[in-house]
Amino acid sequence: MSVFIDKNTKVLVQGITGSTALFHTKQMLEYGTQIVAGVTPGKGGQEVEGVPVFNTVQEAKEATGATVSVIYVPAPFAADAIVECADADLDMAICITEHIPVLDMVKVKRYLEDKKTRLVGPNCPGVITADECKIGIMPGYIHKKGHVGVVSRSGTLTYEAVHQLTQEGIGQTTAVGIGGDPVNGTNFIDVLKAFNEDPETYAVVMIGEIGGTAEEEAAAWVKENMTKPVVGFIGGVTAPPGKRMGHAGAIVSGGEGTAESKIEALNDAGIETAPTPSEIGETLIKRIKQEDGLYEKCLTVK
Amino acid sequence: MNIHEYQGKEIFRSMGVAVPNGGVARTPEEAVEVAKGLDTDVYVVKAQIHAGGRGKAGGVKIVKTIDEVREAAKELLGKVLVTHQTGPEGKEVQRLLVEEGSDIQSEYYLGFVIDRATDKVVLMGSEEGGTEIEEVAASNPEKIFRETVDPVLGLMPYQARRLAFNINIPKESVGKAVKLMLGLYNVFIEKDCSTIEINPLVSTGDGGIMALDAKINFDSNSLFRQKEVVELRDLSEEDPKEIEASKYDLAYVALEGNIGCMVNGAGLAMATMDTINHFGGKPANFLDVGGGATAEKVTEAFKIILGDEGVEGIFVNIFGGIMKCDVIAEGVVEAVKNVGLRIPLVVRLEGTNVDKGKEILNNSEFDIIPATTMAEGAQKIIDAVNQK
Repeated sequence: MSVFIDKNTKVLVQGITGSTALFHTKQMLEYGTQIVAGVTPGKGGQEVEGVPVFNTVQEAKEATGATVSVIYVPAPFAADAIVECADADLDMAICITEHIPVLDMVKVKRYLEDKKTRLVGPNCPGVITADECKIGIMPGYIHKKGHVGVVSRSGTLTYEAVHQLTQEGIGQTTAVGIGGDPVNGTNFIDVLKAFNEDPETYAVVMIGEIGGTAEEEAAAWVKENMTKPVVGFIGGVTAPPGKRMGHAGAIVSGGEGTAESKIEALNDAGIETAPTPSEIGETLIKRIKQEDGLYEKCLTVK
Repeated sequence: MNIHEYQGKEIFRSMGVAVPNGGVARTPEEAVEVAKGLDTDVYVVKAQIHAGGRGKAGGVKIVKTIDEVREAAKELLGKVLVTHQTGPEGKEVQRLLVEEGSDIQSEYYLGFVIDRATDKVVLMGSEEGGTEIEEVAASNPEKIFRETVDPVLGLMPYQARRLAFNINIPKESVGKAVKLMLGLYNVFIEKDCSTIEINPLVSTGDGGIMALDAKINFDSNSLFRQKEVVELRDLSEEDPKEIEASKYDLAYVALEGNIGCMVNGAGLAMATMDTINHFGGKPANFLDVGGGATAEKVTEAFKIILGDEGVEGIFVNIFGGIMKCDVIAEGVVEAVKNVGLRIPLVVRLEGTNVDKGKEILNNSEFDIIPATTMAEGAQKIIDAVNQK
């Protein structure tokens, strides 16, 4: 088991003929992901990497049974691509594209309100269920099957955390990158809920950063509802206020969104935070050792 | 991206949002020309810099005659203003806004922001004009009123009306306030803003409603479709290193410390600064070379870091996922060859082909200090800088 995606998930790639998308399509296919279709308007009928290309998402879905789309479409057209997924009633749209105008995302989110499509991202590394299905741009080899779920606003920081876990013999169920934009789809709470309900996930690592109050809200949810151990890390203690730190959403403004406030909220909810990112793995291990036999159950990587 | 107050007011004026008459001046003579064109007995001469707190720092002069306008302009142009937002080095005044004084009855606050909790545009208002909204939020949160805008409908007149009544705008001026708010919402949407703040919005003796200030922030992701906005950019208000970095698609933010950082990925870059800080060092910058760090980008990143005279050591922290570590190591060695190296350099590589990558660094002719983890790397660069 896992959350959101598994080895049976059929995936289509929007913007498949672009160079980045092509590169990652190859990587995903090598990982074993079932990439069943690509979509590039005007290139329908072609084939890339053995994958048939369609003009529209609707067509691709009907012809191949794809339920999840991964979007590599350039920023000016990405909002359109997300809405097209929702209009075709896909289960999920994972948007890798960064630099999407924020007012485009405001409209997209409004459109998604009564649609079944789950949006992950934008500006995210994607979602991976270890040893089953990789959708996005993350390096597949660092992820090993196991029982720890990972949710994060940052790409490379997720790799850092997953790598530490794997090195320590702790495998993962699913790692979800929710992205670094201020207006995004799936949030921490959505993913924490899914991990809480997933029988294979025994513990969770959540990685946040400055900006907004998503971590504080997640902490409050964990305090009330979570039945599994959660540890965390918050990036940006040293970030000066008013400056965007790479991610469009990583900004302390009007005294809101500071790392201190988030760390305090997490700790208050019983979520221990790693003092440095090098200690995320250690912090998780320390935490699961407090539960009888949990550490041993989480040791899945030989 | 930020613009000057006078530019914001020009946008407002062109879209039907009431502002005082006035214009920009770059010399005392221009200031006099602008003043002569105004029909008023009170002139306001305002320093134009990209920072708040200008009034308190002496950047706003209220005068009564054309001669006094000239004197005020002479005094302000070239002056270095230090406000709570400029940092201790301050900012030099190069442009002035000369405008008509207003017969102010009351001051209010209005703001449009993108609310991350609802993923919608929110209009905020308060009758505590002239005060920072953050202060009001802390001391009198009940005095801040909010209207959430449905993007399908846009700001509705009843919402603007409700806000106007809530913040106690005089009854006879509510219609004008509504028109102004609807106009501001149009500016926000049409110009792809990320925030608009009017502080203060004022009611005047003749029943008018006007924006006395204009603070507009544009969404940098939307500049590709906002050519007119891009033309308003004032490069002299930005850090030259940040401008240089943006040319190479590098995310760079200058900080006060002495340890330069080069990292791939925004989250990891922030975490690297934090780690340096955790072990007692001071990061000199935030620098994200992006997920696919090429040799060219790494070289440019080195140049930008070394362009900061305060930098006494460099910490490169790369998690090579899709990019292989040997490729990155070659890029680092190549970059060092190109730019020269006179200060300590610690490189931490992790990920695909990490051993090959380390070998390349070790076999290079340069004294590159290797590190296995981020924490170890941070400690090594701090030690190396301290030993110098």
